Amino acid sequence: MAFLEVRGLEAYYRQTQALFGVDFELDEGSITAVLGANGAGKTTTLRAICRMVRTEGEVTFDGQELTGMSTERVVGLGIAHVPEGRGTFVRQSVEENLQLGAYTRKNKADIAADMESVYGYFPRLGERRRQQAGTLSGGEQQMLAIGRALMLRPKLMLLDEPSFGLAPLIVQEIYEIMARIREREGTSMLLVEQNASIALELADHAYLLETGRVVMGGESSLLRDDEDIRRSYLGY
Amino acid sequence: MDLFLQLTLAGLAIGSIYSCVALAVVMIYQATDHFNFAQGEMAMFSTYVAWTLVGLGAPVWLAFLLAVGISFLAGVIIERVIVKPVENAPVLNQIIVFIGLLVIFNAVAGWIWEFTIKPFPSLFPEDLGFKSTLIGPHHLGVIALTLGVLALVFAFFRFTRVGLAMRAAAANPDSARLVGVSVGWMLALGWGLAASIGAVGGILVAPIVYLEPNMMAGVLLYGFAGALLGGVSSPGGAVLGGLVVGVLENWVGQYVPGGSELKLTFALILIVGVLVFKPAGLFGRVVVRRV
Repeated sequence: MAFLEVRGLEAYYRQTQALFGVDFELDEGSITAVLGANGAGKTTTLRAICRMVRTEGEVTFDGQELTGMSTERVVGLGIAHVPEGRGTFVRQSVEENLQLGAYTRKNKADIAADMESVYGYFPRLGERRRQQAGTLSGGEQQMLAIGRALMLRPKLMLLDEPSFGLAPLIVQEIYEIMARIREREGTSMLLVEQNASIALELADHAYLLETGRVVMGGESSLLRDDEDIRRSYLGY
Repeated sequence: MDLFLQLTLAGLAIGSIYSCVALAVVMIYQATDHFNFAQGEMAMFSTYVAWTLVGLGAPVWLAFLLAVGISFLAGVIIERVIVKPVENAPVLNQIIVFIGLLVIFNAVAGWIWEFTIKPFPSLFPEDLGFKSTLIGPHHLGVIALTLGVLALVFAFFRFTRVGLAMRAAAANPDSARLVGVSVGWMLALGWGLAASIGAVGGILVAPIVYLEPNMMAGVLLYGFAGALLGGVSSPGGAVLGGLVVGVLENWVGQYVPGGSELKLTFALILIVGVLVFKPAGLFGRVVVRRV
């Protein structure tokens, strides 16, 4: 059985159905990208895994069925969600944001060590550790969101458009750091992106969503190298 | 000069009680975006609980601590049972629930303990070992105790893991859930804490205004005025606002002709004035946000 397995996933916002039977899986230690246009259901897929929308179907993580759990319990299993819009606690300091990321953990020494390792990945956060997080730039807040997720020592990270609204150079920097994180921590990642080209560089596998359905999936190199797919679905 | 100092010190004492109420109100406001109009009546009820315990023979300090603890539990239960079911309801429904709580507590207190005015013992001894013509022992004790309680509350929010989680849950519930904070329980905890702080205020003000089911009406109004003056987005501001309102109230009563009749009017004028001219209050923090 795969590390994360999604079968027949449907999701609803009140009466509106957003996902129509999504199937995919993710292997431990791998990075899987979910691509697609606006409104295809990428964000909803992540929110469904974290139990933040009403769903039907099955989501199994590390052998455990997630449907029926609360969001807090899913987080407790080691799934860290870097949400759309970064989810910064704007009034709290950078350090407090990171502490919140470790909320479910107890060992203070480990937490302190992990905080230093986050500052290692993102030195700019270290320089601003006492600063109110709302005053950070967009790129810094994205780094903070990833750092907050790392503080969970996650087994799986869900990343919702880490490139959103950022300058290309910053996007490049953040993706390089994500590659380093995968290399060092071996964290599995489920990555949602509109920026298909950069996501396909990082990811091992990719799925393509269209209006709430998976229309294509496979190794990212295959999607990357297929001219037709690139032109008609990925737009580059 | 002595009179001025007396007025100011007494104002600080009563103002620190307003600060307790203001802080309780602001805590709920930050988490729910609504004023809990029942905060005062909840505090009154807590005070009756303490009074009953004293009547049963408990030392007054023990009664105080027990009542504060019971209020905490009651606050948690009220949130879970009454407030939570309407948390996604329209604003008006929620406000009606708060007003309903106010009326219920008032009526039930009157039903159990009657509406007659009762004396309430001070927590502090008559003789503090020194004499001052400027401030009485109860007032002095009130200032010391409330400042201690408020410092504890701030330390809790500032330095503990749960305090940080409560702030996070109030500010950004979705994000808080995603780091594993149980937002619902943080709200309940907030209600418990607010009820406890209110209870401190009620038990401290009772020896001054005497115990009766309507004793908190004025105090709540001043508490609101203090919270608004300091800024409903700023707990520290609310505490300062409460102190300022307490002192101003005494000055107005003494130095403005006919002022002693106009004390409550003054609180209302202050509320309206702040809302019209400086809605964020004096210390309301403007959040800097970059996109």
